[in-house]
Amino acid sequence: MSVHLLVDFGSTYTKLTAVDLKKEEIVGTSRAMTTVKTDVLEGFNLALEKLQNAHPEMGDIEAVSACSSAAGGLKMAAIGLVEELTAEAAKRACLGAGALVEHVYTHHLSKKEIKQLKQSNIDIVLLAGGTDGGNKECIIHNAKKLADANLGVPIIVAGNKDAADEIDDIFSAATIEYYIVDNVMPKLKKLCVEEAKKVIRKIFITKIIEAKGINKAEEKTGEIIMPTPESVLMAAELLAKGHEDVEGYGELMVIDIGGATTDVHTIGEGSPKRTEVILKGLEEPFAKRTVEGDLGMRYSANALVSLVSPYEFKKYYEYHEENNIEESAKKRQDNVDYLPDTDEERAFDRALARICTDYSISRHVGTVEVVYTPLGNMYYQTGKDLTDIKYVIGTGGVLINSPDPKQILKEVNKKSDKKLELRPSDPSFLIDEKYILAAMGLLGQKHPKLALKLMKRHLK
Amino acid sequence: MYTVVIGVIGADVHAVGNKIIDHVLKEHGFNVVNIGVLSSQEDFINAAIETDAKAILVSSLYGHGELDCKYMKENMVEAGLSHVKLYVGGNIVVGKQDFTEVEERFKKMGFDRVYPPGTNIEHAVGDIKEDLADA
Ligand code: B12
Repeated sequence: MSVHLLVDFGSTYTKLTAVDLKKEEIVGTSRAMTTVKTDVLEGFNLALEKLQNAHPEMGDIEAVSACSSAAGGLKMAAIGLVEELTAEAAKRACLGAGALVEHVYTHHLSKKEIKQLKQSNIDIVLLAGGTDGGNKECIIHNAKKLADANLGVPIIVAGNKDAADEIDDIFSAATIEYYIVDNVMPKLKKLCVEEAKKVIRKIFITKIIEAKGINKAEEKTGEIIMPTPESVLMAAELLAKGHEDVEGYGELMVIDIGGATTDVHTIGEGSPKRTEVILKGLEEPFAKRTVEGDLGMRYSANALVSLVSPYEFKKYYEYHEENNIEESAKKRQDNVDYLPDTDEERAFDRALARICTDYSISRHVGTVEVVYTPLGNMYYQTGKDLTDIKYVIGTGGVLINSPDPKQILKEVNKKSDKKLELRPSDPSFLIDEKYILAAMGLLGQKHPKLALKLMKRHLK
Repeated sequence: MYTVVIGVIGADVHAVGNKIIDHVLKEHGFNVVNIGVLSSQEDFINAAIETDAKAILVSSLYGHGELDCKYMKENMVEAGLSHVKLYVGGNIVVGKQDFTEVEERFKKMGFDRVYPPGTNIEHAVGDIKEDLADA
């Protein structure tokens, strides 16, 4: 038996998935609490022991691959010039690489913003601004400010190439760790984030894993090759596109409701479906990820309930009894391991999950805007049209453990009170029952065909 | 090499002239950023900021140019683009109006040069080069 072990060091749990490469099946999965504070290997070893006890037949482990979102995951700041253009392109590069974008800044960095950056616990700064040959004054100004601030984190420069040499001089004189890569928006509205993403991943592997004490795991697991959200995005892309003779599912969406964030991934063009609609704004990435830091079941419970009025909350909460919404949210935020033990509490969790779904979709999908012109109504689309998405895949603890996850997922659908949002109109729902998506993204690096087959078999 | 932003403003779909302007300006050595038809004032302004353009050439063919161009100069000043030259051409108003009056109105709105219908773009190239050399 040759087993490939996939490891996901999550913020709460370390999750293992063992795949038998010869038999082409999942041997088993297990999990244990992530132990970053002491030694991550403790949690890993415990999970491995559980897995081996449950599957004594499991033979030698031939290979191990790991991803991580432990210790807060990867936190970044994105800086650009115009909000809708280079700042948005920079933000998309970060999100596509699996990062959480803590700050987005536009135009010239102010003292106040620099102070904010100094106080925040970000891991990497991505500095963009200007098309190639375009504005360089702003990015150079911002580079100088960042050099003076000496944040102590690596800076990736992905802006106007005409400014690159000058920024090179500024940062090398200030002995700052920096990387100069392709402009994230070399031409107006053209998105070019691959090289920036590659460098983000490289820094993540070499520096951040070490800084967070997760590198101890590497002696056992080999390199931790990417942030967990990026593996999920890769799994989704593989499942959509297919591999060789194994067909994919076509355009799809993955929604991952976690304790701290809700991530939405879509794979698809998202171009306008009607001829009279005109596309506006920056080019959309084929594989798109958005992350909502205020939509989560535990760490973000307070922020989440503050988004909805008590009246709106009742629309998501099917329990008849009155409930003190703020108190129930606080209980979850203060005690992030909390597991609901009554029907009422379970209903409350379901309501939170439905809000996470509804709101994160609102922010992810494109919108149409009606513009009244002298020649009648015109329709402008910004973002992706996802009305034709075939599959919506749910993952994350609350969905996987829910007796009726599809009821939560239904919140992605088109809504009469959100007519201008280009939400899926009639998708099929699948659940990541075995919690394997991130693992399959990892496995897909070496064995794409097998990863694809396993996803098709186990997503139900 | 000067960077210029060109496009057709408002709900206007007349695409042919825009393609010709693009072609001719490139031949004259300009770095042309063409935002195409159906462009809003904001699209012109954002494009000019990111590309550090020295001039914006607005086309309007369908007769509603005056409405579409209202407060464009003010919006540019607001966005830090007071140094950027602003031109307009095409069939910028409805029907056949006295062009000196039309020109005056657009100049009041802050346009540096205003071109009557049928202006050959080659003709404007000289003006643009002259204006940008001064700037
Ligand atoms: C083809 C055409 C259409 C096609 C456009 C197809 C397309 N996608 O391009 C269609 C059928 C869609 C169309 C629709 C309409 N059209 Co039409 N159309 C024309 C037509 C016949 C030719 C335009 C053209 O391509 N010319 C050739 C190009 C090369 O020339 P140009 O566009 O003028 O551009 C040159 C110059 O003007 C100059 N220039 C342009 N911009 C600038 C800017 C600067 C700074 C400078 C220096 C120079 C410059 O340089 C360009 C290159 O040489 C003209 C009549 C005409 N003969 O001009 C009417 C015309 C422009 N249309 C007209 C109208 C009214 C309409 C409609 C409103 C009709 C309607 N009621 O539905 C709609 C509007 C649709 C919309 N939303 O925009 C009127 C405008 C009248 C006005 N301004 O007062 C015209 C003048 C016809 C007329 N005499 O009534 N139209």
